Amino acid sequence: MSIEKTTRLKVALLGNPNAGKSSLFNHLTGLNQKIGNFPGVTVDKKVGTSKIGDNLFAEIIDLPGTYSLYPKSLDEQIVLDLLHSKKDPSSPDLLLVVIDASTFKRNMLLFTQIRDLGFPVILVLNMLDLAEQHGIKIDPLKLEKELNVPIVAINARTGAGIRELKAAIACPVHTPPESYYKPGPLASGIISEVKESFSLENDYQAILLAHQYDNMRGLPEKEKEELARLVKKWSFDSKAFQSKETIARYDVITRILKETVEEKSVDDKELTSTKLDRILTHRVFGYLLFFFILLVLFQAIFAWASFPMDMIDGGIAWINGALKQNLPGGPFTDLLTDGLIAGLGGVLIFIPQIAILFAFIAVLEESGYMSRVMFLMDKLMRPFGMSGRSVVPLISGVACAVPAIMSTRSIENWKERLITIFVTPLMSCSARIPVFTILIALVVPEKNILGFFNLQGIVLMALYLLGFLSAIISGFVMNKILQNKQRSFFIMELPSYRIPRWKNVGLTIYEKVKTFVLEAGKVIVAISVVLWVLASYGPGDIETKALDEVRQEQPELAESTPDFENAVSGKKLELSYAGKFGHFIEPVIRPLGFDWKIGVALITSFAAREVFIGTMSTIYSVGDGGDDEATIKQRMKEEINPKTGGPMYTPALAFSLLIFYLFAMQCMSTLAVVYRETKGWTWPLIQLVYMTGLAYGLSFITYNIFS
Amino acid sequence: MGEPKKSIADLKIGEKGIVCCFNDEEMSLKLLEMGCLPGSMVELSNKAPLGDPICIKVSGYNLSLRLEEAATVMLR
Repeated sequence: MSIEKTTRLKVALLGNPNAGKSSLFNHLTGLNQKIGNFPGVTVDKKVGTSKIGDNLFAEIIDLPGTYSLYPKSLDEQIVLDLLHSKKDPSSPDLLLVVIDASTFKRNMLLFTQIRDLGFPVILVLNMLDLAEQHGIKIDPLKLEKELNVPIVAINARTGAGIRELKAAIACPVHTPPESYYKPGPLASGIISEVKESFSLENDYQAILLAHQYDNMRGLPEKEKEELARLVKKWSFDSKAFQSKETIARYDVITRILKETVEEKSVDDKELTSTKLDRILTHRVFGYLLFFFILLVLFQAIFAWASFPMDMIDGGIAWINGALKQNLPGGPFTDLLTDGLIAGLGGVLIFIPQIAILFAFIAVLEESGYMSRVMFLMDKLMRPFGMSGRSVVPLISGVACAVPAIMSTRSIENWKERLITIFVTPLMSCSARIPVFTILIALVVPEKNILGFFNLQGIVLMALYLLGFLSAIISGFVMNKILQNKQRSFFIMELPSYRIPRWKNVGLTIYEKVKTFVLEAGKVIVAISVVLWVLASYGPGDIETKALDEVRQEQPELAESTPDFENAVSGKKLELSYAGKFGHFIEPVIRPLGFDWKIGVALITSFAAREVFIGTMSTIYSVGDGGDDEATIKQRMKEEINPKTGGPMYTPALAFSLLIFYLFAMQCMSTLAVVYRETKGWTWPLIQLVYMTGLAYGLSFITYNIFS
Repeated sequence: MGEPKKSIADLKIGEKGIVCCFNDEEMSLKLLEMGCLPGSMVELSNKAPLGDPICIKVSGYNLSLRLEEAATVMLR
């Protein structure tokens, strides 16, 4: 028996956006994929493993879609960073360039650029069926001969041709690179000098370096200086050369097209896509449909998600209860149940909403509708310093700001991206829902207006509108303040409509949920543990002190009854470090109508807003089963304001608190993700100060209006 | 100089034109890359409800761009 060596190939998938790269990636890797980070940047790197042959595996990287090797957004920069140096150990062994045959001409630009870099390439021809509808008939054999690279025709939707593709990956045919583009004598000076100083063999690599050295990550400062010197010495006009290059490449492509492609003109008014566009971007129906989709989305997030959320909530409470009964009492059990598992519950509870949100977004994106939404909304968003591309992050912000902020990477313009990141947390996220519902239920009577509008529902809706208004007004102000260094562009492909592939939708949901649980989960669980410690310990022996004080103050309570236990744990919290903090900040929050108890909840809510309910139940000694909202509501209703003798939770206080939770930046995960995306603490800190200031000011006004 | 030349922004829905040149270098780089080349045929296929952005058919697909961007592409 001989032991054969297993070989692992590094294969990268490249192509235009919408060329079917992700579908192909999913076919090749299935569930064997993971999201990593490219070193030094926050762009997600999708890597998966595919079994190619008996002892041959391929590590497949799905690179962001790009139209050329001249990147315009952070996503696209990754492609260039990975390809610019073949000596780099992470550099791929083989590139699969996925071509959408229905837009063959435009797709080929990237192919010729990649080919000129000298990498072994397989051209993957996708969507030949769609191409035929568009009157484009490609002869793969002729094309293969013309281009002198292996070509595999696939259908990424059905999976046809995947076996042939694997066979081609297994025995790569390395043909010497062909230069589709010759920079000409004007550039020969700088090319030969760059090649010499960087010991490169490839002309195109050299000229790409001269074009883009300034933006390349991983290029040492010294090398950048050297390139800057060379660019100056040869007075290399990057823009003029790029323009010449693109035109020259398209000339070559047009020639290849003539040899290998039959084009019939098709009356595109007959195409389904054109017909759909007439309705979907109609001046009335277009907006109506978009708002209808939003309505369904909100309905799904708020109503349909509540069932699985209740199950998760119940499940966590059940596990905690069972653990408390069966484990010996003590700080370890408490840490495990009240700290760790409760914190974990706080993460898991959001899975249904995030899954639903991303199911919607994936379907809208896969179908091609999302780019129409951007098309419809672009003009409306511009006065607020944003563009059509900001719409998706803002909508996603209604579920959770963390994935929403991550989705701003596709916004090319830095200022627009920054404004979108800055205002997205003002969109009312799902973590605010439990706080909103309980406070609204407390002070807004449940009655109908005009017969069928529920008053509580209207107040909830008003809060969402207020969040949205504050987001766009903030955008408007930031647009006036920030200097625009870059021009804003809206040159964007509107892809043909397609029926979404459910496998892709499923994988997107799986991947987003996984990222959320791992990324945000870490922070939330860690903070929950810290908060548990702060709430469980205090100066001195607070356990005994609490017992003594309760015995003294409420002698009518019989010991070891649930009421007594609850009174003790409430007292314990008051004496704990968290309680001390609450007392400490009470003078600051008193103008808003808040007392120290709410102060404790504000502090604990900093980890995640929904912690409010749990904290309230501990403070008001509702005890275990504390997530029973009815009980907490009852208890809060009975709370007496010691100064006025009336109820503590007056409409003034409740509205002030609602406004505070609507505007305040009380989310560690959001701050962490803004730090990652803006590469520094400046913006998260400004955001923290701005939002908290806004919350304080507006709560103060609200409290004074209503009291 | 004679008549001011026509740009993509002046097209009516369904009207076609041939790209002649660009009057904005930065914009032209992006448009060239997207297959909007001198000599290629463009057709205004659609406008967003507020009249901006617009959608043109070029190189066999639909490309959306703002009016101010369209105004930099001169037609023959």
